[in-house]
Amino acid sequence: MIIKTKGLKKLFTTEEVETTALDNVDLEIEAGDYVAIMGPSGCGKSTLLNILGMIDNPTAGDYWFLGKEVSKLSERQRANFRKSNIGFVFQSFNLIDELTVYENVELPLLYLGVAPSERKRRVHEVLEHMQLMPRKNHFPQQLSGGQQQRVAVARAVIAKPKLILADEPTGNLDSTHGEEVMNLLGELHNAGTTIVMVTHSPTFAEYSGRVIHLFDGQIVGENFNKGKNA
Amino acid sequence: MRCPAAKGYGMIKLRDLTKYYQTGVLKTFVLRNIDLDVEEGEFLTIMGPSGAGKSTLLHILGMLDTASSGEYYFYDQEVHRLTERRLSDLHKNCIGFVFQSYHLIDDLTVYENLETPLLYKKVKGAERKAKICDMLDRFQIVGKKDLFPNQLSGGQQQKVAIARAVIMSPKLILADEPTGNMNTREGKEIMDMFRDLNNNGTTIIQVTHSEVNASYGKRTIHLLDGWIQK
Repeated sequence: MIIKTKGLKKLFTTEEVETTALDNVDLEIEAGDYVAIMGPSGCGKSTLLNILGMIDNPTAGDYWFLGKEVSKLSERQRANFRKSNIGFVFQSFNLIDELTVYENVELPLLYLGVAPSERKRRVHEVLEHMQLMPRKNHFPQQLSGGQQQRVAVARAVIAKPKLILADEPTGNLDSTHGEEVMNLLGELHNAGTTIVMVTHSPTFAEYSGRVIHLFDGQIVGENFNKGKNA
Repeated sequence: MRCPAAKGYGMIKLRDLTKYYQTGVLKTFVLRNIDLDVEEGEFLTIMGPSGAGKSTLLHILGMLDTASSGEYYFYDQEVHRLTERRLSDLHKNCIGFVFQSYHLIDDLTVYENLETPLLYKKVKGAERKAKICDMLDRFQIVGKKDLFPNQLSGGQQQKVAIARAVIMSPKLILADEPTGNMNTREGKEIMDMFRDLNNNGTTIIQVTHSEVNASYGKRTIHLLDGWIQK
């Protein structure tokens, strides 16, 4: 099992009010699964994804990633664990504007201490596969939304993560480009990557094998799809 | 490599700068025949209605985009003739960019977000650490260094974005609606920071809708339909 949570809870506290973003979430995801998380705005989907990605901490409850309970890890261990195993794709692409396409895709490998010649080989390999080589020296500003998201996916996969977390990956794209990105994610899934995706789109949720419904921070339902093959 | 700021030249000269997008035979003009001079140490505000071309102008000034025609001189460098590699070098060493939506990387901590530009300038480990600690201190965000952007308020995220923009002491800062996504108190803190930077010699060009923000600058130009209003 790649992901297991038990009694996961997240509270946000401001001066005036305490908001329960996640309430007693129990979740199990097997390696190789493709899971979509749906629910109305504010129901806790992104909060859950951030906790699964270890870029936020739960207020209570346990989270095992690849069999390790993550709150017991040190900050450094968690960071290494995350960088080596998880790739992120965000709605707003999250590219660095002052770096070229090449440099954006290369960045995770710099953090993992990969040698320069190996970095070059791997970046070129991924750029070729995503058909981004002609754009490798361009800046994000010079690309369309669909191209920027392809760069974001390239950056998410270059460290060959076991898990991809995608938060509304098609939210800022038109339907053609959205489909392109969904096909890319489908390919990755076929190659064995586990995918957990937050989406508002019932159409794109059909690409997954399993849809989990969140409401007011709780899992309220689940259904299974055949999933679409890329 | 430092910023090659040649003495005896004005910092920025734009001559007859034009930008259009072409689809088929249709040209959509975003900037028309722009002539602009900016001296070192200025605090310039660019205002105008939505769609007037302000962000495009800022991105071209920041070398994140190229004009369709015309000339751009940065000190003695003919930017319009430079290769992508040279543009990238100039940009990295001379310019810091601050965006309305912060453009932080969500799966990197505050510390790592600040570190990214330094990794790309091949700054050595000990010096990186010193520069980052100095920034954390100056911007009073030491306690936040291991947090992720989603764990910070809008104002805190923008402080991190500004810290990242100034960490290599750029000669020029370009800010695109920097206080658009935060409350008034946080906005004032951010603008006061820009004023301090300008008082210490950094040239600032900001795009804003806010008269209050514009009052921090020393000169304002107005764009309308891609033209500078006389």
